[in-house]
Amino acid sequence: MLRLYEVDLSSRLLLGTARYPSPAILTEAVKASGAQVVTVSLRRESGGERAGQGFWSLIRGLGVRVLPNTAGCHSVKEAVTTAHMGREVFNTSWVKLEVIGEDETLQPDVFGLVEAARILCKEGFEVFPYTTEDLIVAERLLEAGCRVLMPWGSPIGSGRGLNNLFGLQTLRARFPEVPLVVDAGIGLPSHAAQALELGFDAVLINTAVSQARDPVGMAGAFAQALAAGRAAYEAGPMEPRDLAAPSTPLIGTAFLA
Amino acid sequence: MRILVNGASREVRAADLSGALEELGYGGAVVATAVNGEFVPATDRPAARLTEGDRLEVLAPMQGG
Repeated sequence: MLRLYEVDLSSRLLLGTARYPSPAILTEAVKASGAQVVTVSLRRESGGERAGQGFWSLIRGLGVRVLPNTAGCHSVKEAVTTAHMGREVFNTSWVKLEVIGEDETLQPDVFGLVEAARILCKEGFEVFPYTTEDLIVAERLLEAGCRVLMPWGSPIGSGRGLNNLFGLQTLRARFPEVPLVVDAGIGLPSHAAQALELGFDAVLINTAVSQARDPVGMAGAFAQALAAGRAAYEAGPMEPRDLAAPSTPLIGTAFLA
Repeated sequence: MRILVNGASREVRAADLSGALEELGYGGAVVATAVNGEFVPATDRPAARLTEGDRLEVLAPMQGG
């Protein structure tokens, strides 16, 4: 069982809701993934079209928990204001905190992130910071009051998987008690399985599902990969070694030369 | 008076935020508001006075990752 801010979840997948071919496919993909948490955002609403209202009623119909993000925010003030607006609209104290530092890689501005996290935690938010695998930043985020960390696997939407394996493993080892969610960069079910095999608690995925040829099929594939990855972690993977070690016992080998 | 609504210039008659939202077609909608970059909670909208040139942001749920 995964526990994030006192909420128990049986699924280890947090699923993004953006860039699906249609609302119906989004609905089916969420169901097929088994995700109990979906990420959502806030955007300008037109008084004439009111597009957001239909989307919100679709999400409410799914019966899942929502994690509002602060995507697109480049400053502490923007992120904090967006978090407040999200809390009111979505009626949750959860926030996926993003403070973007650089547009090409969408790398988090970790300095702004820590500052915004400190403000929001003091105001009673339960913050899920989108961060890097940097240990000191992680420490500062925890000091600020975060009780979940979301390190990137690789840049958002890149599908490159776990880019800095050593860094992520070090982060896992350094904070064994903190729920760690690999957020961003996961492109394949095997990447998600790998994250869980390494002991990460969950993954947050969007593009890998929504941009697949068959998003519903891919959502199901991720659900299976996560189940396998977690089961493997719990079963205790073998230690890798550099040289071969015969798996068939040598004792009793016939002399046939 | 003219104010900027989500970046576009609009004419509104209402002097408060609640009235302006109604007038702009947001009546009953689930939205969050900010005036001049500051969040205005729904409960504060009736008392929030608007003045010429204010920048109003009206945000609603949207797909996100």
